[in-house]
Amino acid sequence: MSLEIILFVILGGVAAVTSVIVITRPNPIISALFLVLNFASLAGLYLLLNAQFIAVAQVIVYAGAIMVLFLFVIMLLRPGNEEKIFSRNPVVKIIASIVAGVVFLQIVYMIFFTSPSNSVTGEVSASVNAGTVEAIGRELFTNYILPFEAAGFLLLAAAIGALVLAKKKFE
Amino acid sequence: MINNAQEFYNALPILIIGTGILISLLIEIYAEKRKIFQPWISIIIFIAAGSYALLSIEQKSTLFMNMLATGGNVNVFYFIFTFGAAVVTLLSINYLKKYGANYGEFYILVQLSVLGMMLMAGAKDLIVIFLGLELMSVSFYALAGINRKRLKSNEASLKYFLLGAFTTGFTVYGIALIYGTVGSTSIDLIAEKFIELSNNFLFITGLLLFFIGFSFKIAAFPFHMWVPDVYQGSSTTVAGLFSTGGKAAAFSAILITLGALFTAGGAHTFTPYLAVLAVLSMLYGSIVAIAQSDIKRMLAYSSIAHAGYLIIGLAAGNYQGIAGIIFYLAAYTFMNLGAFGIVSLIEGEEEANLDIKSYAGLAAKYPMLAALLSICMFALAGLPPLAGFFGKYYIFIAAIKADLTWLAIVGVFSSAISVYFYLRIVVLMYFKESEKDFVVAHNSTGLLAVIISVLLVIVFGVAPGTIINLISSFL
Repeated sequence: MSLEIILFVILGGVAAVTSVIVITRPNPIISALFLVLNFASLAGLYLLLNAQFIAVAQVIVYAGAIMVLFLFVIMLLRPGNEEKIFSRNPVVKIIASIVAGVVFLQIVYMIFFTSPSNSVTGEVSASVNAGTVEAIGRELFTNYILPFEAAGFLLLAAAIGALVLAKKKFE
Repeated sequence: MINNAQEFYNALPILIIGTGILISLLIEIYAEKRKIFQPWISIIIFIAAGSYALLSIEQKSTLFMNMLATGGNVNVFYFIFTFGAAVVTLLSINYLKKYGANYGEFYILVQLSVLGMMLMAGAKDLIVIFLGLELMSVSFYALAGINRKRLKSNEASLKYFLLGAFTTGFTVYGIALIYGTVGSTSIDLIAEKFIELSNNFLFITGLLLFFIGFSFKIAAFPFHMWVPDVYQGSSTTVAGLFSTGGKAAAFSAILITLGALFTAGGAHTFTPYLAVLAVLSMLYGSIVAIAQSDIKRMLAYSSIAHAGYLIIGLAAGNYQGIAGIIFYLAAYTFMNLGAFGIVSLIEGEEEANLDIKSYAGLAAKYPMLAALLSICMFALAGLPPLAGFFGKYYIFIAAIKADLTWLAIVGVFSSAISVYFYLRIVVLMYFKESEKDFVVAHNSTGLLAVIISVLLVIVFGVAPGTIINLISSFL
């Protein structure tokens, strides 16, 4: 077995196990922490697929910023009885299981019963470097320079707006 | 990317605003007397960008890897946004002091929203349209709540933010579907593939979702719920900016996409949808405006009706319709800013004098204000020879040429209804006795702003032919 397959099995296994733990723990804080682990192993899978930029973004944005926000919200709201969050209604459970099953079957069907389309196999070699930081950076500063700068101004507007609305005191 | 000096000059209007924002930020941080000259700096920036846009109106080109168009009607829109924002800034100087909300950030946020509008008007790519829309909207959410000591202002900001974020979702879903079917976000490529994809369900759904997202920004009927509350709750001058610059920018983005589809022969794909939207907006806006006793709410409903008239031009789906819309937007921007400006002058502290009864007998006390407001009301009602009349005239003519005579008739009928609530204000001012005793504080900058907008309304009304010929020559 090559190193790639060993890593894939380990990371995939961690991702699968942690995602089950996320939905079975009654304590939402523990769920949130396992979700962080899940995101981290997904980031590893992205790395295996040669998508370094998405892997880094996954760790910084999802596992870092968004999950911290999640934890803050959970701790601030502090639900008294965690058990009550989960619905005891059997109809809801049945509907949820059906939806999850359909989505699962769809993925299984896509993987095992459809032939990989030619466009995908043909472009794999060309897109191997598309996920690297260099390739994305080059695109951002050439073809997409205007949207890139506009996004900078958008963040500036959001920062100024948040400051002016939330600042405690003006002199 | 900018490859030579000429391209740099063509991009100047947008670059001036961009650098202006950064300069204003530095002034806000370091300058001692910023409270005094911050507004004037931003007015100078707006006027510089707008004047340069008018001077370089013949320089048609595309910049930044085919992402941004310059010249032609794009520059006409730049003129509308920058001069509209300059008028709003001029009005706001003393208005904000009245409410103790004279924050320097206000002027920076107005500049940021204008940058967003300019990106929308010049965009050649859906990504740029979306970023421009978000830049404008985020600045607007903050501007709606600038009067932060007042609960109503906070309510307006939150309502605008929640509903705005929700409808942005429609725009993004639309863009995603268009990108998925076309394989590109470039508007030229989308127009090229339009015939091929015109039977593709996902593609048409994407375009429709895209228009629905913008229907919210232009305050068309089923997506209008936020308008009265937001206009009433936010500062009067800011509400003026929402109803003019915001609307003009959203229309410019719709015109870019729809105008691109014209060349591909898809002009009439959305006529049924747009016609229904136009009829509902016009009738709903005009009829509900009659029942309003608060002048800001009345102007809010009238802005819904005006969105309806403008959509007639879209439904017509011909070049006369587009030229009519651009002319109407220019006229509407300044007549509406004039009206909102006078309301902001008469408005006392703690929202006093916003009831339309406060306007009774105004002509005897303040003949100048009454005369200016009357001109704005006549223009909004669409009476000749003011700019509002010619705006409606060109749009209705376009509808008749597109065999939508019934739509033009509904439009005329709706403007007949609207004459009632506009002229009611004039009648109150000139023929009724004053009921309340109040003093309008002297405000020279505000008065100057109103006079500038009224003069522009008169100029557009006196020489509509030259302006409409100029706009048509770029189509």
